[in-house]
Amino acid sequence: MLAELDLRATQLAQDFPILAQPTSRGKRLAFLDSAASSQKPQAVIDALVHYYTHDNANIHRGVYELAERATAAFEAAREKVARFVNAAEPAEIIWTRNTTEGINLVSFTWGLQNLGPGDVILTSKLEHHSNLVPWQLLAAKTGAGLRFIDVDENGLHVLDDLDAKLRGVKLVALSHVSNTLGTIAPLEVIVPAAHAAGAIVLVDGAQSVPHFPVDVRALDVDFLAASGHKMCGPTGIGFLYGKRALLEAMPPFLTGGDMIRSVAYEETSFNEIPWKFEAGTSNIADAVALGAAVEYLEAVGMGWVSEHERALTAYGLERLEPFVSRGLAIYGPKNRSDRSGIISFNFADIHAHDLATILDVEGVCVRAGHHCTMPLMEKMGWPATARASFYLYNTERDVDQLAEALEKAASIFRLPGA
Amino acid sequence: MDDFYKEYILDHYRSPRNFGSLEAPTAVAEDLNPLCGDKIRFELLVEGGRVTDVRFSGRGCAISQASASMLSENLKGMKLEDVARLSKEAVLENVGIGISPARMKCATLGLKVAKSAALGEIAKWPDEESPGAGPST
Repeated sequence: MLAELDLRATQLAQDFPILAQPTSRGKRLAFLDSAASSQKPQAVIDALVHYYTHDNANIHRGVYELAERATAAFEAAREKVARFVNAAEPAEIIWTRNTTEGINLVSFTWGLQNLGPGDVILTSKLEHHSNLVPWQLLAAKTGAGLRFIDVDENGLHVLDDLDAKLRGVKLVALSHVSNTLGTIAPLEVIVPAAHAAGAIVLVDGAQSVPHFPVDVRALDVDFLAASGHKMCGPTGIGFLYGKRALLEAMPPFLTGGDMIRSVAYEETSFNEIPWKFEAGTSNIADAVALGAAVEYLEAVGMGWVSEHERALTAYGLERLEPFVSRGLAIYGPKNRSDRSGIISFNFADIHAHDLATILDVEGVCVRAGHHCTMPLMEKMGWPATARASFYLYNTERDVDQLAEALEKAASIFRLPGA
Repeated sequence: MDDFYKEYILDHYRSPRNFGSLEAPTAVAEDLNPLCGDKIRFELLVEGGRVTDVRFSGRGCAISQASASMLSENLKGMKLEDVARLSKEAVLENVGIGISPARMKCATLGLKVAKSAALGEIAKWPDEESPGAGPST
């Protein structure tokens, strides 16, 4: 890969204190599981501490200075996220706990209001359970049907029959990037076709928003859900983007305080968006810290993050290539432009869990299992895979450490050539 | 680490004992570890309250498969009540390696399934007395 990309990543890694921490066995940490949850830069940790040290109070009601400061920080974070995904206005950003909650919010509000027997929900065969289970339940509740865009053996969406698949569809729900295979969904084809067929489009942005520039208006998606903890932010905070007209027409999700305009004993009128969807005291501190994460990513430059991950993924595939003749199988798109910074693999007859255990001893963190995509794994015939995923702080050295650990695994499992 | 995947673990993983299915099993149970997708099925042939034959099948990591394979060797000849009373510790000792908390479910999946098969069969017995009962220790 390009030396200057790697140099910058090495420098950025120093912003993440956890990466300097050796493992209990004294190994250098090679954290290759950012698709599960990213590490946090000092700036985000500091933002959390700063909020609790200087600004903490409940928002939207206090008239004293602290409450005003907390409210301002909370709403400023919303503005940062809106800018980050290029929403038309901050009111189109609703705070959630995570991507899963954002998807469930749409399912329980827009879904219950708009779907009925004869309608169809279209998703794909590579979805994370978070973008499948809510739709299965919604279909069962409303009598709507559930249909799937197929994926081929390389994990690419099959679009030949897209027009037929879209018939009768009211909602298309897709992962922007597959967390298992790294496949980037061809939204530029699917979204216009879906709209032409009269459907709205929800995108699970959990694996895209952290890794490359995502512009909700350029993509013209109707909803996009993402998680803060995968994009250098804290756990417990995420957001749902929705187009104003849709959000305004939707009923509330959770109800109670903060989401109301006025309440009488008999009836209630609801607050404006986005607060209509934010019942109860929000996760203020983590929202503020997610704002700091977004500022950090903007300062690094999402274009750079994307370029770096592409280069590192190419380097990773190059370093893994020599193991292929010894039984390493690499899954996912062959064409690198169809793939984000995720490499799923299996090594000879070593089960992914055993492989991950051996890699862990060598300081290399990878995910092993079904990656919350059990139907995809079943379809592909893989009981489990190991998955290395990259982020802005990963370097060639991390990849080299992975390759060395694979050599160790080959030796422990007495594979030929070890 | 080199001790972790000992030769006999790899041997049981690659050449599992009693692997397959029985023609007419008396008791059957299966389960999966949702964390990793490991699956194990145990089939027992029970005669006179004792396990006279056993097969297991499934897929999973070396730890889960080797642990189930070694367990299957021990089950033959055991009284069903004793199978139902098998402890985790006995199985972990069998495996003979330090199992991390994250992998505990892998190591004990076979045990859970075998016990479930035994308990299911015991529940079918008409009274408290097991067929061919005798002292169980």
